[in-house]
Amino acid sequence: MANRTIRVEQLTRVEGEGAVKLEIRDGRIHSAQLRIFEPPRFFEALLRGRAYTEAPDITARICGICPVAYQMSAVHAMENALGIEVSGPVRDLRRLLYCGEWIESHALHITMLHAPDFLGFDSGIDMARSHADAVRRGLALKQAGNEIIALLGGREIHPVTVRVGGFYRVPRKRQLAVLAERLKWAREAALETVRWTAGFEFPACDRDYRFVALRHPAEYPFNEGRIVSSDGLDIPSAEFEAHIDETQVKRSTALHAQLRAAGPYLTGPLARYSLNFARLSPVAQAAALSAGLGRRCTNPFRSIVVRAVEVLHACDEALRIIARYEEPDEPACAIEPRAAMGIAATEAPRGLLYHRYRLEADGTILEARIVPPTAQNQAAIEEDLRRFSEEFLTLSPERLRRRCEQLVRNHDPCISCATHFLRLELTGP
Amino acid sequence: MVIGLGNAGRGDDAAGRTCVAALRGRLADEIELIESDGEPAALLGLLARASEACLIDACVSGAQPGTVRRFDVAGHALPALAAIDSTHGLGLSEALELARALGMLPARCVVYAIEGLCYDPGAPLTAPVRAAVTAVAARIVRASAR
Repeated sequence: MANRTIRVEQLTRVEGEGAVKLEIRDGRIHSAQLRIFEPPRFFEALLRGRAYTEAPDITARICGICPVAYQMSAVHAMENALGIEVSGPVRDLRRLLYCGEWIESHALHITMLHAPDFLGFDSGIDMARSHADAVRRGLALKQAGNEIIALLGGREIHPVTVRVGGFYRVPRKRQLAVLAERLKWAREAALETVRWTAGFEFPACDRDYRFVALRHPAEYPFNEGRIVSSDGLDIPSAEFEAHIDETQVKRSTALHAQLRAAGPYLTGPLARYSLNFARLSPVAQAAALSAGLGRRCTNPFRSIVVRAVEVLHACDEALRIIARYEEPDEPACAIEPRAAMGIAATEAPRGLLYHRYRLEADGTILEARIVPPTAQNQAAIEEDLRRFSEEFLTLSPERLRRRCEQLVRNHDPCISCATHFLRLELTGP
Repeated sequence: MVIGLGNAGRGDDAAGRTCVAALRGRLADEIELIESDGEPAALLGLLARASEACLIDACVSGAQPGTVRRFDVAGHALPALAAIDSTHGLGLSEALELARALGMLPARCVVYAIEGLCYDPGAPLTAPVRAAVTAVAARIVRASAR
């Protein structure tokens, strides 16, 4: 059978600039490459010499969709360095802020980026003409998430109230009561979104992923937990670098990550869900099972349903946090800088986000290391392309190209975040 | 509803918001004046409750700085001044088309696009854009009186 190359020169409906190249020889996939050519952004170097207090606001600028994740990993790492543990209502508010980000990020991806693949449209705008109710619902869900962030964070994008030790300002109880009414609608809309996405047609593409995610003793993970894997890894965040290596590959401006002992792995909604099903709220568990997911999901195309379940969980969790909220006496605790190393990992919408900082005695940042989820997932995405695109080789080049794009979008890559990330290129006659 | 779009801290990108600020007290009370960062879901929410909308935004097209162009977008799409492939970066033209597809676009909807010159963080409006903002505000006052 002839050789050919399929190229997606500029991946669309993903964040940032990347491409895919599939090389097909004698009817088999010879190679699959996810190419990331978004220019390097140098945030880690930019942080050197800045005050520890600036890290949450500087790192938030890495992404307009998941700034909260960067702020959370940054403040937790700084607090780890400075010996501070945030508890009570302030800890709850951080989880609430994270709920807002999961809701807005997932709602956007489900509705505008991923659903068009399943319904046969080129864009969310095209899909809106014949699926107006679903798009209105998705955008209103996104807006509900935005409202959480605007209330807690001061504005919808790049919130400004998060600080090491707590918040610069916390909301009044009555403000959260107003938000709760909106979130009750959002919870119903999320449940409807689970049902909607569960009705899509999914190719039979299961894979025995090595999943990596945070696990907390009692909570579905946002801000804290141990790093666990589906094959037995169970370490504190502080040991991330002892178990996970980052390497440079020529085709990507984002570093590839792998477990030193076991190789590539997947982080993100599929991993989080499969490693933490029992920690989802009862309503989210019931919706997931009704949607046919099971307690573990290994079909990347079904990640759209998992994201919808996570939106439902986030709405439910947000309502639980609001119901028990009592205004704290102080929005933040006092801090004394010191020479120290601080490490934290939190669960960004796209997966595990690791930060490490080394501080001088006056709190100046000497060294920063940031490992975003998309960088960690590059090898797993390439493996998806290698394994699953072979199933689609009988399709026309155009349909094959679309399937390859969908294989990438299944993981909602955020290329801008990952660079130091997408176009599809298939090769052969 | 008059919506001024942009980032107040990025030079000429503040043109739309500055225009809305200049209109305060000069229009009938029932005309809402909104400053927006252009976040698409929020913008769609605004458009959905407007019977008539006028949007002002800065643009980059290569024209002379301060050039003002008026687009009637109720019947026609806004010309895409720059192709955007990522919904993470959904622009005004995409937000308007999404509103049209969802039946949320007001029956009368115009966009004033003001060509900017400098978008540096913290920079003030440049002189040609400041003059254009004054001119657009005057046009909106005259149009609202008709």
